[in-house]
Amino acid sequence: MTRLVVYRTLVIGGILALLEVLCLTGAIDKITMQAPHLMVRDLFRMLVSGRMNGAIVKTLSNTVVALLLALSIGIVVGAVLHRWRALRDTLDPLFATYYAVPVFAFYPFFIVVFGLGDLPQILIAFMLGVVAMIVNTLNGLDRVPPVLVKTARIMRLSQLDTALRVTLPAAAPHIVTGVKLAVAYAFIGVIGSEFIMSRGGTGYEISFAYTSFDNATMYPLIVLILLASVAINAALSRWEQRLLVRRGMRQS
Amino acid sequence: MSRTGWNRLRNALVLIGALLLLWQGVYWWTGDVALASPLATLRYTAKLVASESFDMHLLDTLRAFAIAYALSVIIGLAVGFWLGFDRLSGDALEPMIVAVYAVPKLTLYPILLLAFGLTLSAKVAFGVLHGVIPIILFTLSAVHNTKPILIKTGRVLKLTRFQMVRWILFPAAIPEIFTGLRVGFALTLIGSLLAEMFASQRGLGYLLMNGIGLHNVELIMAVTLIIVVFAASVSTLLLYVDHRLHRRA
Repeated sequence: MTRLVVYRTLVIGGILALLEVLCLTGAIDKITMQAPHLMVRDLFRMLVSGRMNGAIVKTLSNTVVALLLALSIGIVVGAVLHRWRALRDTLDPLFATYYAVPVFAFYPFFIVVFGLGDLPQILIAFMLGVVAMIVNTLNGLDRVPPVLVKTARIMRLSQLDTALRVTLPAAAPHIVTGVKLAVAYAFIGVIGSEFIMSRGGTGYEISFAYTSFDNATMYPLIVLILLASVAINAALSRWEQRLLVRRGMRQS
Repeated sequence: MSRTGWNRLRNALVLIGALLLLWQGVYWWTGDVALASPLATLRYTAKLVASESFDMHLLDTLRAFAIAYALSVIIGLAVGFWLGFDRLSGDALEPMIVAVYAVPKLTLYPILLLAFGLTLSAKVAFGVLHGVIPIILFTLSAVHNTKPILIKTGRVLKLTRFQMVRWILFPAAIPEIFTGLRVGFALTLIGSLLAEMFASQRGLGYLLMNGIGLHNVELIMAVTLIIVVFAASVSTLLLYVDHRLHRRA
């Protein structure tokens, strides 16, 4: 385990050191990239000054709205499809090819129909996230051991109790995988569409800084988004691992 | 065709029919202002495809996509086999690559643009950034999942590393590697199109964004339709091959 940590630290440290050296010696010019230590300094200044707070709040709130929609609708649709075999078979080709289709291609269409507001962004993020949630819910429900369902029947649990106390907890590890993917997709959807065309948010600020050659704003924002998404993803992965270990599906 | 094959075909047809009905229904509900009917979109698509400037845009997108995919496959397989062999590097780097997958990669595009300029290379690099990750991950896990006895046989025969890949690992891992190539195909396409949507003067992605400025709903819907139909049909084909490979294995 420690060897892995050392290896990873060396790789990340090596890349950072290389960038630092290349930037300081001028091999990478200032217009292309700033030295990493300057990015960190600018990021700190930006966060202290609070000038990006509005954009950050806008991105986060849109992501959360899209995510909540994707999670709740995804679980419900997953549960319904699990019961309704015929509909599930019909929708199966859709799920199988869904992530091969660039969902962002629908963004211009949504802008024309709904205007350049928050709604098209939320819709894109929702569309990206919801299918991951449905597919993983189905996956989890398929793997609930029949003996648990039979036990619930012997205990004469009501349908709601069976769902809340038996099926959902048993399917939890897979559902958490769905949540993890939906979170990543919601982020990608909101920031990506802000980036392509919008009126505000962190993605918009990055593309605005890019067009005005404002590297002191662009790089810190990119670093902020990378750090945030990696941290959230790592936290969710850890939760997923813990659930899997507790179910005995994987060794710790 | 087997019975399940027919069933699958029927399901796909029912699904396409339902989606078309839904589209027509929304059209009746909202009217001409918001969107074009399926028939009008098809008619416009035919006109668009026949027009001369469309060829240029299509070729531009296809060129960027083809180069990006070729690079993704070469780099992905090479890195995947390396990480599969070298246990320590694999264990250390795999979680980092998975983390990159979850990052909104569009935010990295300005860096590529600054490095490569507003050129084909920037588009290609962005496509590779998307496509290479699944190919690496699937190849890596394919090597890890190869039956140990096959590798031991190779060792007994004193195969070199290259021979090991060529005659043992590659044939044994083909189904899983193919899954990686399939997912990589889709993601490379997404990457190249996204790059065009953000900053470009040509290509299908540019046509889409141009449609917003012109407020040309028919153009936007026609291009979206072309992209969706292309991506869905190629991925269905690859999925079919994928299933066959997995069944044979």
